[in-house]
Amino acid sequence: MRNRIPFAALVLLGFVWLPAAGQQVPANGQFPPYRPPRMADGHPDLNGLWQAFVTANVDLQDHEAQPGPHPEIMGAYGGEPAGQSIVEGGEIPYRPEALAKKRQNFENRAKVDVSSDKTWHNLGDPEFKCYMPGVPRATYMPFPFRIVQGSGPFILMAYEFTTATRTIRMNFKAEYPTPAWMGWNRGRWEGDTLVVDVTGQREESWLDRAGDYHGDEFHVVERYTLVSPYHMMYEATIDDPKVYTRPWKISFPLYRRMEKNVQLLEFKCVPFTEQLLFGNYERKASK
Amino acid sequence: MNYRLLISIGVLTAVSLSTAAGQSQKPAAAADTAPKKVAPKAAAPAAKKTFRTPWGDPDLQGVWNDATSTPLQRPNGQGKDVLTDEEAADFQESLAFDLTRDRRDGGADIDVNRAYNDHWMDSRRLKITSDKRTSLVVDPPDGRIPPRVPLPPDRDKIRVERAAANDRFNAGLPQAVTDFSLPVRCIIRTDSPPYLPTIYNNDFTIYQSPGYVVIQPEMIHSARIIPLDGRPHLNKNLPQWLGDSRGHWEGDMLVIETTNFKNYPGVIFQGGNRETYKITERFIRVDATSINYEFTISDPATWTKPWTARIPWNRIDPDEQMYEYACHEDNYDLVHFLTGARDRERRGEAK
Repeated sequence: MRNRIPFAALVLLGFVWLPAAGQQVPANGQFPPYRPPRMADGHPDLNGLWQAFVTANVDLQDHEAQPGPHPEIMGAYGGEPAGQSIVEGGEIPYRPEALAKKRQNFENRAKVDVSSDKTWHNLGDPEFKCYMPGVPRATYMPFPFRIVQGSGPFILMAYEFTTATRTIRMNFKAEYPTPAWMGWNRGRWEGDTLVVDVTGQREESWLDRAGDYHGDEFHVVERYTLVSPYHMMYEATIDDPKVYTRPWKISFPLYRRMEKNVQLLEFKCVPFTEQLLFGNYERKASK
Repeated sequence: MNYRLLISIGVLTAVSLSTAAGQSQKPAAAADTAPKKVAPKAAAPAAKKTFRTPWGDPDLQGVWNDATSTPLQRPNGQGKDVLTDEEAADFQESLAFDLTRDRRDGGADIDVNRAYNDHWMDSRRLKITSDKRTSLVVDPPDGRIPPRVPLPPDRDKIRVERAAANDRFNAGLPQAVTDFSLPVRCIIRTDSPPYLPTIYNNDFTIYQSPGYVVIQPEMIHSARIIPLDGRPHLNKNLPQWLGDSRGHWEGDMLVIETTNFKNYPGVIFQGGNRETYKITERFIRVDATSINYEFTISDPATWTKPWTARIPWNRIDPDEQMYEYACHEDNYDLVHFLTGARDRERRGEAK
């Protein structure tokens, strides 16, 4: 008798929860068909605060957990998590000579030399120096970004990292006038997918802390597709014939930040880099 | 030459707004007395129906420019607040002359610097405001920022230290990065309220989405995201360089309150006091090509009374675009300034 009551309670609970049957734990990478809410112009409403949860900013490709630069002073604080490649097929198709440069980049990722204007950008990961990260890196850095979509000709992407911003010019024809760190972004809708064509990025930006990089023919085509009220699939096709043997692709989901009253905050990192970059040129107290 | 240009950039707001020629006119008769009431009057009733977003908010979206030669303060606090067409033409010509390479006074060095700086200047700043006012300050009626109150010792110490750092910079002898102003360090430029015209890059893009207005000033590529849903401000213990903004609509007027400024010299306009400083901004769409922007600053620990300025924002040609303004990424001059200063010290030029 004493055992039957809990059993009955379980049955009751099961009964209460049964109407949810048919829902199940979703398979990773799969979403049921979804029709997103729309703006007045009929296009999907992408407004919101979004964030990636891949570790691609450490390395786009497979990577072990690692200590990061200067473990002798940074300890576990500088450590970086393991992660699986977000590159379709696993590997970035570098030309052989380009792969050597990537390895050199990695070796020099936490070095700087600003003693000459001409070699100012040669050493160090741009993230290490708090530069605007470029595209697609801005999307998979461990910081949120807000999409602002209204009824004007532009969509804004505002990133927390160094308060970088990106203007998506919808159905815009003109080519980029001059290189920019966040590129020249021209958008269009293909069905319910926002497609952004990105050219004109500064040659000096990198793709991750592993030294992955591009050249001056860098061309990125991004695809943003809502797949649930809380998720958006992100894809980017990346090309630069001088650096890669063929175009290659990355993809991962973006997650809607759901905390009550959550907002984009500032990560103004310039002050964090001033001693690193300029400290050697200051007047020393001993003088 | 670069050095002098950067000095002018470093103090860009002050320089561009304080160089107006002294114009002496009749005292204002019909000066603006209640700025809050002035802005709504500026909107034609017909505008209300025309400029709406699909979700029903007043529509401020677009790329705007706030450049003008009209000084922040009316010279000497005298003269009319609004000029006749003829007076306005003279005023504009005189201001433009002061701002351009057409001047020849001051010697060859200064003249060449002027020509160099002129290359960077926004030519739109050679025109006075379309409403032909003699100052951007509309309240108090004399067009002047009210007198300051004496500072307590702790704030005066910060002011004195900041002034000494500026002096070292201007003398070509900066000791440390912190001797440079926040604009020179590429931390804040014209993206912190109040928005004031400066020598260049006076563009702003306004975006809207349901529940938000977002302002993207050209310098420095930040986005000021303003929720309109009545949510509370960030907690007091989470300050930011650009503060924390909340907005609401009063009829067709966007009203923004900003708090939570970071406790760091140069963050709050003209050394205002963080605990008492209050800034309220108002935007109203006037017509197809203009917005009126107004701000009121109230800070009884800094100024004897609140004051208000109004600056028209003009829509830029749709064929013209606002481009990315990068700053820190190629801020070579910080190294030039510092190495130059160390070199001067070695040569015994430092006092």
